[in-house]
Amino acid sequence: MQYLLMIYRNEAELAATPPAELAAMMAEYVEFTKGIIQAGQFKAGDRLKPTSTASTVRVRNGKVTTTDGPFAETREQLGGYYLIEAKNLDEAIGIAARIPGARVGSIEVRPVWPPAA
Amino acid sequence: MPSTREADREVEEIFRREAGRVLATLIRLLGDFDLAEEARQDAFAAAVEQWSAGVPANPRAWLINTGRNKAIDKIRRDVVFRTKVFDRELASAEADAATAFEESDEATFGDDRLRLIFTCCHPALKQEAQIALTLREVCGLSTQAVARGFLVSEETMAQRLVRAKRKIRDAGIPYETPEPSLLHERLQGVLAVVYGVFTEGYAATTGTRLVDAELCGEATRLGYLLDELLPDNAAVLGLLALMLLHDARRAARESLSGDVILLEDQDRTLWDHVKIAEGLRLVDRSLCISGQVSAYAVQAAIAALHVRALRKEDTDWPQIVGLYEVLLRLQPSPVIELNHAVAVSMVDGAARALDLVDSLAARGQVSQYHLLHAARGRFLQQLGRLREAGCAYRTALSYAALEPERRFLRARIASIED
Repeated sequence: MQYLLMIYRNEAELAATPPAELAAMMAEYVEFTKGIIQAGQFKAGDRLKPTSTASTVRVRNGKVTTTDGPFAETREQLGGYYLIEAKNLDEAIGIAARIPGARVGSIEVRPVWPPAA
Repeated sequence: MPSTREADREVEEIFRREAGRVLATLIRLLGDFDLAEEARQDAFAAAVEQWSAGVPANPRAWLINTGRNKAIDKIRRDVVFRTKVFDRELASAEADAATAFEESDEATFGDDRLRLIFTCCHPALKQEAQIALTLREVCGLSTQAVARGFLVSEETMAQRLVRAKRKIRDAGIPYETPEPSLLHERLQGVLAVVYGVFTEGYAATTGTRLVDAELCGEATRLGYLLDELLPDNAAVLGLLALMLLHDARRAARESLSGDVILLEDQDRTLWDHVKIAEGLRLVDRSLCISGQVSAYAVQAAIAALHVRALRKEDTDWPQIVGLYEVLLRLQPSPVIELNHAVAVSMVDGAARALDLVDSLAARGQVSQYHLLHAARGRFLQQLGRLREAGCAYRTALSYAALEPERRFLRARIASIED
């Protein structure tokens, strides 16, 4: 079963993090990613640019409207994701708990529908 | 040859005894709650027809095999079910079915029941859903009975159960006992569910007494089941002891008019001394398991000191103060601090207790907690500071929501102003 692990974090806090701390965390991410690739659990994963770069697009009656910023203002913002393969929810939760960002932000774990037959 | 009525009774007795185990094992074999429930129902219906000639040697294996075969037939027949997922399940169920189910090992059935408990109490489900699922699937209560216990309509409860089962399936909540590294943490969730069922029954402020007793009884039975499945676990034993020691006092804690009777004023002859003896035995066993101190066991030990006293004057308050201090280290909370202060008032007097409560109040977290103000009122009254005591009781009254407690506080205010 595939799960999308969405990494949420307060962007203002992230921006204020000292560079040395940030570098240490990036190194941890590299380690973590290597680990799940070796375990055959990694499908995809990326870091996202901050929500200040986001646009929201809607099509109504054939007309495209684009607005600045994310769809919803929240205390923590989506900053990255992993798409993983796991045996079940417990395994997915176990992987999510090892994401370095889980210690400062939160990880939403969502099962992915299998592709339609 | 037994008479028909006797035979019916025997079959009924087997159903009652085996329902939980058969369901738990069918869920493992079929991988789906609803399919398993239906399969069990079909197997029981088939048994009523076919057992009239005689009950098979191993009725449990018979019920499980029949249920599984009925489910496989159903999947094959029902084109609506023929999705990719079910095709895969069908293939694996058919492969398993090639070998008839003959497990006679009690441990396997125990494992299946434990799996079911951990699945129903998975932290990815809301706690109210965990409690409802456990009562429905593990205890075998009807949806109607679960709904009645929680004072919601049957329809609301049915919806809650459907949503929970759908999440189990769609989110991939495993039907497994957690691995050892997670067991302790996940067991805390299971125990919270069991205690939640108990307190729902014990502290219910509406509904009939029958419902209260039913929920308390189910919680205690769950406690015994956990003790059977996870023997010599300090937390399981501690919780079981705590429930028994509370439940033993049920008959004495409410007056005929429905008013709360404080522990110190209860008629101790109304306590259930069989439950008390069992609770005391279990709390001792829990505390003897080295390396594990459970907060439930410490609470049970406090309850034990209360019930051990034949008269309220005999209560060992210094030891109760000590146990509250242990509890505060294990799981600090304002409610426990408040209870600690009450115990301190019995040992060192009201002045010392008032200091503790004032320092708790000064931290601000619980300034709207009515029992804090009620305790302040009581300490001030004991110190003869009646005007301040009246103020404290009135503050308590302004935050208290339950009618019996409000009546109690009004009576206290009246006693001062007389």
